[in-house]
Amino acid sequence: MSKLKVLLAASALTVVGAAGANAATLDDIKAKGFVQCGVSTGVPGFSFTDDAGNWQGFDPAVCQGVAAAIFGDTSKVKYTPTTGKTRFTALASGEIDMLARNTTWTLSRDADLGFTFVGVNYYDGQGFMVPKALGVTSAKQLDGASVCIQTGTTTELNLADYFRLNNMSYEPVPIETNEEARTNYLAGRCDVYTTDASGLAASRAAFDNAADHIILPEIISKEPLGPLVREGDEPWGDVVRWTLNAMITAEEYGVNSSNVDDMVANSDNPEIRRLLGVEGNVGEMLGLDAKWGYNVIKQVGNYGEVFEKYIGSNTPIGLERGINAQYKDGGLIYSPPIR
Amino acid sequence: MAAIEQDSESFSLGQLWSDKRYRAVVTQILVIAGVFLFLSFIITNAIENLEALGKTFGFEFLEAPASYDINQALIPYNSRDTHLRAAVVGLLNTALVAFCGCVLATILGFILGVLRLSTNFLINRLVYCYIEFVRNVPVLLQILLWHGVIVTSLDVPRNAYSPVADVFLTNRGFYVPRPVFEPGFVFVAITFVAAVAGMVIFRRWAKKNQEATGQIFPVFSIGVAAIIGLPVIAFFVAGMPMSLDAPALEGFNFQGGMVLRPEFTALWLALSLYTAAFIAEIVRSGIQSVSHGQTEAAYALGVKPNWTMRLIIIPQALRVIVPPLTSQYLNLTKNSSLAIAIGYMDITATLGGITLNQTGKEMECMILLLMVYLTISLLISAFMNWYNKRIALVER
Repeated sequence: MSKLKVLLAASALTVVGAAGANAATLDDIKAKGFVQCGVSTGVPGFSFTDDAGNWQGFDPAVCQGVAAAIFGDTSKVKYTPTTGKTRFTALASGEIDMLARNTTWTLSRDADLGFTFVGVNYYDGQGFMVPKALGVTSAKQLDGASVCIQTGTTTELNLADYFRLNNMSYEPVPIETNEEARTNYLAGRCDVYTTDASGLAASRAAFDNAADHIILPEIISKEPLGPLVREGDEPWGDVVRWTLNAMITAEEYGVNSSNVDDMVANSDNPEIRRLLGVEGNVGEMLGLDAKWGYNVIKQVGNYGEVFEKYIGSNTPIGLERGINAQYKDGGLIYSPPIR
Repeated sequence: MAAIEQDSESFSLGQLWSDKRYRAVVTQILVIAGVFLFLSFIITNAIENLEALGKTFGFEFLEAPASYDINQALIPYNSRDTHLRAAVVGLLNTALVAFCGCVLATILGFILGVLRLSTNFLINRLVYCYIEFVRNVPVLLQILLWHGVIVTSLDVPRNAYSPVADVFLTNRGFYVPRPVFEPGFVFVAITFVAAVAGMVIFRRWAKKNQEATGQIFPVFSIGVAAIIGLPVIAFFVAGMPMSLDAPALEGFNFQGGMVLRPEFTALWLALSLYTAAFIAEIVRSGIQSVSHGQTEAAYALGVKPNWTMRLIIIPQALRVIVPPLTSQYLNLTKNSSLAIAIGYMDITATLGGITLNQTGKEMECMILLLMVYLTISLLISAFMNWYNKRIALVER
């Protein structure tokens, strides 16, 4: 059971904890030849295994981007599926190098748990999904309901606060993974499933009768989701941060996986030329190859491409860009300049 | 004397190893030193690593609000209470399922163990198959199986199945009416306590009387009649000072009454049935350890069969049964931590799960958790050792 990992990882912390804590993670990764990346145990669109058993999705794409930046090869990633409960221990103990698993950026996780959030790849908020047959149209009507909730998440705390502040009672039904939530929710063990709205949309898309379930209009929290690394190893954090920023910048400047070769040859925009390693030495500054940015865009794609490929409006998940559009299109996705 | 003095005069360092007397002490000192070195290495390593991660060690977090809700709490609890209280709620849930599990497992185990020795071929084989099947399937799978069966086979509260009025079986739990005691109920409780005390005195007197005169009273049937009958009479005399709070469907769920949640039921059944299979084998071996000659001797003296069982076989079998039974109770209690697989909020799920995860205090939570389980186990052991001593062969 994955839960036992909590125990194992906690004991591992006592014995091997220091192994990767402050060491030069980037050098270790180059030496061992792969990135050890923590992902979720499965959320349609966001992280799932394809028919060949390889991890795919919006979150693993960040891991693949990092592998492309370091090795020029997206396959140089080993994945560790983590639950809401095991993820932090896995990262803190050095079992994984980075975590890309719809994880909310909060102050306590940043400062107290000892992690560094390198950016936000999806701006989300907590919502509620109910079967249409219940006739519920607002979260304010949920008094007395049974609510399926993933343990060890920020949503668990938001839920307790929301019901308390609105003077409503509820029965929490703690569950461990998205798959368990789906089973319990569809069996009617709970009336409501609550998690990040993107996760609800993703789960619903995988139901046999998706149209029989609705997501209530209330969004009760801010959930900026992003990849994170251990605190105390800035050079490694920089690699993950700027890989994500490279994907965002590429979309901003219209560089994508199909036109990237053309851009290398013909673009005279200095920002693009620096990103793709044609001029300047930003790769060297990060401790990477000059072609790092080119490899990320060529092999994984820019932010918009990844979004549309896994969770966009043409996929079964069907998420709109909304606040996750580029800043120049009125969204919040914004990368500092690459120079 | 002279020889020893000579030894101490000519003492050399080499003697520490070559001399048998010194060697015994030296090896013990070396082993103890080794153990201490290992322990201090582990502790300093943990402290250094925690520092390297920028974490502090301390238990202040237990005083902070837990901020999460728990669906089954035996003491009043809400999300504003502290992590400590949440841990206590979890501890009580662990104790509840462990106690109920031990009771049910013992009853089932004794019945199955006796049936296993039945001369009826069908009963004997059926019990044999049950034991071999149940004890050879991992208990985690059995817990998940029971939970799956309850959640998927029963219907939601709106379509609840009601076998008897005011009793509802749903996939959110089994709802039964809750007794509400009125002030007059104290009268019934006092009668009950008085009946029990009276029966203890009566039993002592009956035993003395039997030893003196050989006259035997049916102490058991009189006792049951008095302990059940008197409070019932008192209940009616006092004007039935109790009402029932029946569960009623309100909105999404039943409100009022008492509920057995599917998580508790699944865990309780799975642990009990699994452990009962082991206890059945222990009971069988215990009974078989008593020589058949004793049964024959008892029959030859004209002792009735059920008296033979009660007065001759079982007291001797218990001496074989109780020590391994202790291990089974300990196993059941520790296995209850598998509750986390189906979301039953025991102490592993509260303190070792949500609290650990929300506060990031892995080391502290794990230390507390280990201490809690150790304490529970030692308490069970102490009780069983006391009981074992009580039933042990007393030489007169």
